[in-house]
Amino acid sequence: MEKTISTFEELKNICNGITVYEAAQLREAELSEISVAEFRSKVKKSLDAMKEAIKNGLKSHEMSISGMCGDDCERLQKRFLRHHALLGRLFEKITTYALATIEENLRMGKIVACPTAGSCAIVPSVLVGVSEELKISEEDQINALITAGEVGRIISNKVALAGAVAGCQAECGVASAMSAAALTQMLGGSVDEILNAMALAMKNLLGLTCDPVCGLVEIPCVKRNPFLAIHAVTASELALAGIKSKIPPDEVIDALEQTGKLMSPLLKESSQGGLAKTKTALELEKEFLQ
Amino acid sequence: MKQSTIIDIISPIMAGPSSSHTAGAIRLGLMAKNIYNGKIKSVTFRLYNSFALTGKGHGTDKGLLAGLLGLAVDDSRIKNIFNSDIAKQFDYNYEYAQDFNRHPNAVDFTIDGENGRMIISGESVGAGEIAIRKINDFTVKLTGKYNTLLLIYKDVPNMIARVTNAIHINIASLNCDRYAKGEEASMSICLDGSVDDKVLDFLKNIKNVYFVSYIKKLES
Ligand code: SF4
Repeated sequence: MEKTISTFEELKNICNGITVYEAAQLREAELSEISVAEFRSKVKKSLDAMKEAIKNGLKSHEMSISGMCGDDCERLQKRFLRHHALLGRLFEKITTYALATIEENLRMGKIVACPTAGSCAIVPSVLVGVSEELKISEEDQINALITAGEVGRIISNKVALAGAVAGCQAECGVASAMSAAALTQMLGGSVDEILNAMALAMKNLLGLTCDPVCGLVEIPCVKRNPFLAIHAVTASELALAGIKSKIPPDEVIDALEQTGKLMSPLLKESSQGGLAKTKTALELEKEFLQ
Repeated sequence: MKQSTIIDIISPIMAGPSSSHTAGAIRLGLMAKNIYNGKIKSVTFRLYNSFALTGKGHGTDKGLLAGLLGLAVDDSRIKNIFNSDIAKQFDYNYEYAQDFNRHPNAVDFTIDGENGRMIISGESVGAGEIAIRKINDFTVKLTGKYNTLLLIYKDVPNMIARVTNAIHINIASLNCDRYAKGEEASMSICLDGSVDDKVLDFLKNIKNVYFVSYIKKLES
């Protein structure tokens, strides 16, 4: 087995007859000198923690330390009790699970950084929401989470997954691309379809800046999570239809890297531009940071 | 560059809300606890720059304290640590400062206790990763990923050879620093394995070695 796989092209070549998670789990087990079963049980630990965070988040409406966010999941749940979502039950699940998880994060609850804390709700909401609706087995959920992790890992070889380095495209953007790959795996997509789902999602989020109000992982991060979870579903549906990203996956990641470098430091987690410098943001800053 | 693993991407399981400002703070506290390695009477946390400005909203203050008390990054007690009984073990207070010569997420721990006073400086460098940069006046680089030997000694020839000869495991990295030629110097050695008390005793008895500390790596 090839030990280092740093590009999607290499991944595709190694997946000769097997799929992404199979290639990935063999390599990871070998690299960390553990069995595939042991590796999968580590993945399951993250999966279980994701489900726990959703469960806790759905019950709580405690506000964050700053008091700015924390009760939107409750609002959304109430709305769906009265009116079903236009896009159906799965849409309701994904959006409420995403808000549940990200709000659990900001009230210092236990979450899984995936890939980061600010983007922690995107992968779990898609993975768990879809699994429940389509009755997908735990083994297949683990396969999907490995797929998400492998995609994130390859991207992280080129781009640091941090808003301070490359903007939110590298946090919530990458989380959405990871989710698109995971969902495509769950729905039985081919290696090609998985990689295209990733590329389509990523491509559409290039340039997403990181401008958190008061420097806190709250505004715009909280609402960005349910948005980009649904975004991942769109990418997966397109890819499963055989629609391809005309720009190949590795080149999309090159563009992600370059865009991150070109992005002004004022828009990379420094809270010196964008939403963070709006009139209201400045007022909030006065209120909370003094 | 070290390649990350899949598990790195889909972890850690942690108390929110920020990997750099919360999980990183807890891990800095845990490292400071391992470095001090003794009963603590009191501590002052001095938070710099972004840690100072957004630390409250991110629970950085709670995280630093929780780590120093030995709580793991996913411990649910962190949120209410100020009201919890475990936080009564020692006195603590916080200072806030702006200093552009320091990392955006920097902290100094001034710890008093059974091992006297120790000042430990560290930074949270992103995604929960940390680095300890200074212990008292010595420059070090500890990331918590390796078991590390820290030695303070008189700067004399052959010291590195004598020390490394006594360690029969692979060395991942080695950093030295000194006040001036022939004065007090420090060595931090990151190890791929672990050393036992016999090695530590041997090192302590090398002539001109003043101080030896074995700093255990953090659980990932
Ligand atoms: S806006 Fe910035 S802080 Fe918020 S999730 Fe995106 S990258 Fe993280």
